[in-house]
Parts: sequence; C-alpha cells; structure tokens
Amino acid sequence: MEENLISINNLSFGYGKDLLHKDINMQFNRGKVSAIMGGSGCGKTTILRLIGGQLKPNSGNVMVDGKVVHEQNRDGLHNLRRKMGMLFQHGALFTDLSVYENVAFPMREHTDLPENVIKDLVLLKLNAVGLRGAHKKMPAELSGGMARRVALARAISLDPDIIMYDEPFAGLDPISMAVICDLIRSLNDALGATSIIVTHDVAETFSFADYIYFLADGGVAAEGSPKQLLASKLPFVKQFIHSEKDGPVPFHAEAPSYQSDLSL
Amino acid sequence: MERVKLDIWVGIFVALGIIAMFYLATRVGNLTSNDVKKTYEVKAYFENIGGLKPRAAVKASGVVVGRIGSIVFDPEAFHAVVKINIDDRYSFPKDTFANIYTAGLLGEQYLALEAGGDDENLKAGDLIVHTQDAVVLEKLISQFLYNSAGEDEKDDD
Amino acid sequence: MNNILNFLEKLGASFRSALSGLGSGARLFFLTVIYSSDSFKRFNLTIKEIYFTGVLSMVIIVVSAFFVGMVLGLQGYYTLERYGSSEAIGVLVALALVRELGPVVTALLFAGRAGTAITAEIGLMKTTEQLSAMEMMAVSPIGRIVAPRFWAGMISMPILATVFSMVGILGGYFIAVLIIGVDEGAFWSQMQANVDFHNDIVDGAIKSVVFGFTCTLIALYQGLVAPPTAEGVSRATTKTVVISSLSVLGLDFVLTSFMFV
Repeated sequence: MEENLISINNLSFGYGKDLLHKDINMQFNRGKVSAIMGGSGCGKTTILRLIGGQLKPNSGNVMVDGKVVHEQNRDGLHNLRRKMGMLFQHGALFTDLSVYENVAFPMREHTDLPENVIKDLVLLKLNAVGLRGAHKKMPAELSGGMARRVALARAISLDPDIIMYDEPFAGLDPISMAVICDLIRSLNDALGATSIIVTHDVAETFSFADYIYFLADGGVAAEGSPKQLLASKLPFVKQFIHSEKDGPVPFHAEAPSYQSDLSL
Repeated sequence: MERVKLDIWVGIFVALGIIAMFYLATRVGNLTSNDVKKTYEVKAYFENIGGLKPRAAVKASGVVVGRIGSIVFDPEAFHAVVKINIDDRYSFPKDTFANIYTAGLLGEQYLALEAGGDDENLKAGDLIVHTQDAVVLEKLISQFLYNSAGEDEKDDD
Repeated sequence: MNNILNFLEKLGASFRSALSGLGSGARLFFLTVIYSSDSFKRFNLTIKEIYFTGVLSMVIIVVSAFFVGMVLGLQGYYTLERYGSSEAIGVLVALALVRELGPVVTALLFAGRAGTAITAEIGLMKTTEQLSAMEMMAVSPIGRIVAPRFWAGMISMPILATVFSMVGILGGYFIAVLIIGVDEGAFWSQMQANVDFHNDIVDGAIKSVVFGFTCTLIALYQGLVAPPTAEGVSRATTKTVVISSLSVLGLDFVLTSFMFV
C-alpha cells in the first residue's frame, strides 16, 4: 500500500495569467493529519480544490490513491470523490434541509440503505460531533460553531478515506475551537483517515497536526513536523509562528515613496 | 413542506391547467365542431376565389358542413382549383351550386353550397360544375359606374 | 472622437458577451438534459419545484388575468361600439388573450416572480458554497438542483398561461356581459365561431412552452454565473428579469409571424 495517499507533483496553477502555485511538491501520508498554512491569498484553499478535481492544474498533477485526478472521466472522478469528505469554511449546509437531512444526504444519494439504517447512521455521526439532539433543527437556527460541526458530521457521512478542512477554526470562539480540534484528531484516528487542514491558526494546529506545509510566493516555504518547525530558523516561519507584524511578509504593501505621495 | 401536502397542491395545480385547457378548447374554441369528423373530398373551379382561405367554412343553409382543403392555381386552364372536404354525414346532388359569399359586411369569405335537384349525389373526387365567383369590389364599382354612365346616355337622347 | 470609439467598443463587447451567453446557455441546456434522469426517477424533486414555481405563482397569475380580461373588455367595447360591432367583444377578448396576452403576460410575470426566485436561490447556493459542497460529495449540482427546476418551469408555464387565458376571458365576460350588458349569447357564440382550436389555442400553447423554456433557462443560467457576493446575486436577479422579458417579447414577434401570418 502506498505510503502517500495523496501526492502533488510539480504542480503549477494559476487562475489567470499569474501563477498561484509554481512547481510545488507535497505529500500527504496515510492516517496522518497534515496542515497547509500560509498568509491569506497564497492558494491554500485552491490546493484542496485541485485535490478534489474542481480545478485542473496548468502543469504537473495531483495523484490520489495512485490515480491522476484531472485525467479521470466522470465516473472515475465520481469514485474518487466518494472517498473524500470536505468541510467548507462556513459549513455550506443545504439551507432547505434539516440537520438530519443534511447528514443523510450523502447516504441517500450514494447508497441504497433503508431508512431505518440511515437513521441509525445519521444519529451516530451526529453523536460523534455532539449534536445528536439538534437533528430536527434547520441550518438557519444553528450557531456558527454548531453549523460547522453538523457539516463535519456530513463530511464523514460515508466514512471517507480523505477528509479536507477549509479554515475550520475561522471565526470560532475558544470553546468551539477546542471542540473542533479534538474532533479532527479523534475522527482521523477513529476512521483511519487522512486529514488535510487549510488554516492559519498556529496555536491550535501545532497542537495536534502531524505534518505542516507553509506556502508562500507560489511555493512551499517550509515543511516539517510541529517540533521541527518550532525550532526552524527560517525568517518566514519565525514571523508566522511568533505572529510578528513585519518580516519576510512586509507590513507595507507596494507603494510609491511616502514623500511623493504627500507631495512634499 | 410535507411531501403529501406538496403533492396535493401540485396535483390541484396540474388539474387546474387541464381544466383550463379543456375549457378553452370546448367553450371558447370550436373543437366540438366537425373538425374531427370524417370527410370526403370534392373539387370546384373558380375564376376568382376572392378572399377564400384554406380551412374556411363550407356552409349549406348557413350551417357549417365542411372545410376548404387546399386552393391551388391551375396554370394550364388558368383557374383556381379548390378542394372541399364535406362531412360524411351530408350528401349533395351532382348539380349543387358552390358560391363564395361574405359573412357579414366586411367579414371572412366562405363557400355556400346550394343543393340542386339531381337524383345522383356527389361522390369523393367529383367536380362541382356550377360555381359563382367571389364578388370583387373593384368590378362592382366599375359595373356601377358603367350602368350609371349608360343611364346618363339614355337621358341625353 | 474617443467617446464614439469607446461607445463602439462597448457595443462590440456587449454583442460578443451576448453571443457567448447564448452559447453557454445552450451548453447549460444540453447538460441539463443529460443529467435529467434524476428529475424523473425521483420525481419528488421536480414536484417540489413545481410547487415553488407554479403553485405559488397562481395567485399573481389569476389576479392579473382577471384585471387584464376586464380591461380588454372595457377598452374593446368602447372601440367596437363605434363601428356597431360591440357583439364581437367576445372574439376580441378571447383572441387577444389566447394568442398573445396569455402566453406573453404570463411569461413576463413568471420571469418576475419565479425566475428571480430561482436566480436568487441558486446564486445564494453558489455564494455559500453549497454547490461546491455538492460537487465534492460526488453529486452533480446540475442534476440535483438545476434539472428539477428546469422541468418544473417547463411544466408550470403552459399551465399558468392556459389558466391566465381562461380567467381573462371570464374577466372579459364579467365586464362585457354582466356589467355593460352585451348579449350573453352573442358573446359566446361569436367567440366560438371565430376562435379556432388548432390555429389559436394550440399555437398559444406552443408559445407558452417556448417562453417557459426561455425564462427558466435564463433564470437558471444567471443564478449559476452570478458572482458569489450579495451585490452579484442581486444584479443577477435584475438581469434575469430584463433578459427574460426582452427575449419573450422578441420571440413573441418571431413566433407570431410564423404562426398567425
């Protein structure tokens, strides 16, 4: 069995003329929780979309379980996506369905399970995220943290091999953050899945991730386990980890000289 | 929205649509007339058909008994060949007259069949021999002028 | 001089974007048809959408139809009376509704009510990443969201247009016969003599099917390409109404010249 369930090989991608990713390589090992970190707009979420096949790379490829993602036909992509679960930044729950219906959605679409089996499974998943009692509610009635937990329950609905998280900690209160942290780790281990988290939350991620990638300037600026990175001497890594205002990522955006702007 | 309630409303909606279509077809339109009945075809020649159109009414004693089929020009005999579809229920004698009249003063033109006295009836494919063309307004006016000019001449004598 | 060049450039650009929009719309239609199997195998999806596009539009359609019919009756009567043909009011109301006003006004109202609802809903789903989430769950958003709404629109529009015509005629009857006092027998008999099922009613029904296709497809397309912001979605709903209305009126002219001339 391949050590790397997902590998990104010499990938270059850009939405327009400018390349967002230039010839990057990343590997995600089975059963591990990996994080992709970096400043805003450096293309972290785009990596998830490339893995999921929503975007095609300009050059290079993404391989999932031995298959090149963007070369798959409709059925191949369908099968690959069946193995993935994705948690979107704000949950992306279907607003016209209840919590129960949302979690049951993948089961109803992809399996022929009878209703009573689905009911047991849905309540099981909701229980895993601690929201079994909320199954009758509509997404509009949930708080941000609760919505994200329901979305997580939906993402693991079919016991996927790969779980991807897009900024799971953004905008959460400390308690909800701790809950999500714990869930990511425990679900990953319980399901034997491979998790990829896109985030810029240092403290939480460093507490439970196995391997971390730093993206900057279209490439991988640094990678390693949390221990390795904490000891890293790279100025970019240090600026990020120690939340420094100025460093390799400058405070001032590009501008003409102050003198000429003030017309002195 | 419960599934049952949804289904009921949609069912009512579709039923309303069908009722409306039915209503339009029968009470507003003329579907109940002879369109769907069986017909047999005869033909007639006219020098001038005026405003007669295909699907125009064919009436006998004012009652619709058929529809005009096709109207074509015969380039060798230089007249119009009108195909007439008459309802199977009605038979007309061989010497029936086919006249083009106008419904109302400015209305549409239709074909009126006036029965003759022949013993034999028209069969499919037969020709109606006695025809009267449509009245063309210009000819009527020139006739009127000619007549009145003729009267003036007589007075002058 | 620059202004003229700018204007021409904008004109050319908008023409090109209109053409590309037409092409993308056609592509959306073919994709919708390809992914339509679910809309029929799980007909519940389509029924739900028929409820939202059709049933909920009934109120506005019926009320509008009644008023339109009444106005036709009123206006038509006073014009026909001058030529002594006031008994033809039935024909006028019926033909105007069945041939033109039924399909066209229904389409415009449909675009305004159901079309904008569809565009806003899909635009919002795109903004909150619900469509992306569905894609990642290996469920085609076209098959699950777009296709049921498309077929619902195709089914609802002819029904709404037919109901519009019927209620309008009743409105005309109400004014002409019950209020003004035109002879009831003449009203209906002249109508029946002059409204042909094949030429008038069926052609009107064909128009309403074409309009339903157009309005629904435009609404779906605008929702799918709306920029994922609040402003983007609101502009998309405006575009739906404007483009639908113009298309309906343009197509009406084309169809009328084919059918009734």
